Amino acid sequence: MDIITTLGQLMNTTLVFSTALIFVALGGIFTERSGVVNIGLEGLMTAGAFAAAVAANFVEAGGGAGAPWIALIAAILCGTLFSLLHAVATVTFKANQVIIGVVMNIFVLGLTVYLVKSLYDGQGQTETIKEAFSRVAVPYLSKIPFFGEALFRAYPTTYICYALIIISYFVLYKTAFGLRLRSVGEHPGAADTVGISVTKYRYIGVLLSGALAGLGGATITLTTTNDFSHTTISGQGFIAIAAIVFGRWHPIGAAAAATFFGLAQALRNFAQLFDFSKHIPNEVLYMLPYVLTLLVLAFSAGKSNAPAAAGEPYDPGKR
Amino acid sequence: MNIFSKIFNKQSALIPLVAILLGLLFGAIVMLIGGYNPIDAYLALIDKVFGNPYDFGEALRAVTPLIFTGLCVAFAFRSGLFNIGAEGQFIAGMTGASIVGIKLNLPWFIHAPLAVVVGAVFGGLWAALAGYLKAKRGVNEVISTIMLNWIALFGANLIVNRLLIEKGQQRSVHIHDSASASMDWTSAILDNARIHWGTLVGLVCVAVFYIVLWKTKQGYELRASGHNPEAARYAGINVQRNIIKAMFISGLFAGLGGAFEVLGVFKYQAILTVSPGYGFDGIAVSLLGGNNPVGILLGSILFGFLSYGSAGMSFEADVPNEIIRIVIGSVIFFVASHGIVQLFLKPFYFKRARKRKEAV
Repeated sequence: MDIITTLGQLMNTTLVFSTALIFVALGGIFTERSGVVNIGLEGLMTAGAFAAAVAANFVEAGGGAGAPWIALIAAILCGTLFSLLHAVATVTFKANQVIIGVVMNIFVLGLTVYLVKSLYDGQGQTETIKEAFSRVAVPYLSKIPFFGEALFRAYPTTYICYALIIISYFVLYKTAFGLRLRSVGEHPGAADTVGISVTKYRYIGVLLSGALAGLGGATITLTTTNDFSHTTISGQGFIAIAAIVFGRWHPIGAAAAATFFGLAQALRNFAQLFDFSKHIPNEVLYMLPYVLTLLVLAFSAGKSNAPAAAGEPYDPGKR
Repeated sequence: MNIFSKIFNKQSALIPLVAILLGLLFGAIVMLIGGYNPIDAYLALIDKVFGNPYDFGEALRAVTPLIFTGLCVAFAFRSGLFNIGAEGQFIAGMTGASIVGIKLNLPWFIHAPLAVVVGAVFGGLWAALAGYLKAKRGVNEVISTIMLNWIALFGANLIVNRLLIEKGQQRSVHIHDSASASMDWTSAILDNARIHWGTLVGLVCVAVFYIVLWKTKQGYELRASGHNPEAARYAGINVQRNIIKAMFISGLFAGLGGAFEVLGVFKYQAILTVSPGYGFDGIAVSLLGGNNPVGILLGSILFGFLSYGSAGMSFEADVPNEIIRIVIGSVIFFVASHGIVQLFLKPFYFKRARKRKEAV
């Protein structure tokens, strides 16, 4: 196998893994930019992955067409629904955002596995999705050596992801909506004074994170695992959070960081292709994304770009 | 008496109690939707915990690690830090205890205590790493402890796989008998339930937690640094060093829990595919207990019994035992967003207020 093709395939696998992370990271940016920290992205992703698998199973059992697309929509709805709980608790009732996030993770994982066992006669996973997404090659572009293989022979979700990175950037930095959302996260008191509803924008931020995290979870069941069990997500929501911090709360930065973590995951799958990897234990490869995150955080110079009011419930009395 | 009245004042006791009721109620609704009988299920749960001496002993065994991780989370929280990493520190403690328990050959009166201490220190250092990153490098401890959880999980597997593996098994070899922390006489009373010294040490730690935090100068500095770092700095307290210290002490608790789990319960360390979950339950326990040592003890008894009893639910009433994660999750949800609980309580308060008025 020649090196160009191999690298192309490695890049392609990287994209498969990073697509889901990018969706979730984008969602996280919207919520954190509005001033609500969401540690529950892992749970929201789990909810999306679960909903996608179950919906796809049901549509396929009913003989309906377009299963993966219906599954995708189900996942978005399910993620949004759970993030509504998060928003009610943190925005309306001013609960501690980190605690609610952690709770969401415990709660959703429990609930989804419980439902899977109830729906599938006590089994630990859903049925295999027969008609999951398959790769789509873009005509002409996919014929380019290396880049064609790497970028233009991908799952539909990856193309949606390309589009969403650009849309997110545009929405956050080029629209009045984005400006208001960010102002609520930086200085809610000031935003409130000029008549921007802090509650409304924070709800929108949190709900967007639910929708996008649900989409991210669905991407995993519909392209990678083809079913849902309690190990389907295992930590990828947290990696997405790391990608947000690493990418400094910016859509393009976070997408780049997520791609980097995707590469770390892809390398794990491709490791046996390289001779030197025989000396690296599997566990070290598994650890790699987390160690890299810590190192990057520890040595990244300058102050972080975290939204100033993220993590603080808004109290108009303190204005 | 004073302490008790402080802990059990109306507000702080009422909200957790109502939250527990709401959580159980919510679990019942989910069971009804799933087509199960919640009354049978909860009866099965109670029967599993209190049905016979063995199960009761095992339920106590399940409570023990939660005392440690609950204290761990609460200690950090009292010092103004969010330690999401009790999970990783617990695993670090397991690993430290395993290494000493397997690799060293010592008389029992040194071996077991040494293994416990090394496990605790492993947990402490693992947490102190996050404290260092926060104090010196400005890395948010929520992110770093989450990352350290995963690194601990794979790191522990690496150590077990390379150093301690029992050939052909997904676990380490057994620890030496001299490192065992079992309490054989109590086990014998409770039909060989895996009772160990960790339960007593946990109770001691509840007291230690209280004394260190509220009765020592060090504890005062920790709380001051956590409450108001600016004021603490002005008062001449080294805030950075206190962050690292607070995390170290917090991690010691989780490390102790992990050490006793290896030395007292399993006698080997398994290769983990997923985190054991005690750290995350520790967050629940500490929150339910209002970050208060006695409250944490009560919280860990509740969650430990629920978790252990859930096995009975799935066995006798056929309910998937994940239902208990839903109950625990919703209990913390209600405690954290106590505004919702107050909303439920409001009608009762109104009624009482009106009655009082009528009486006047």
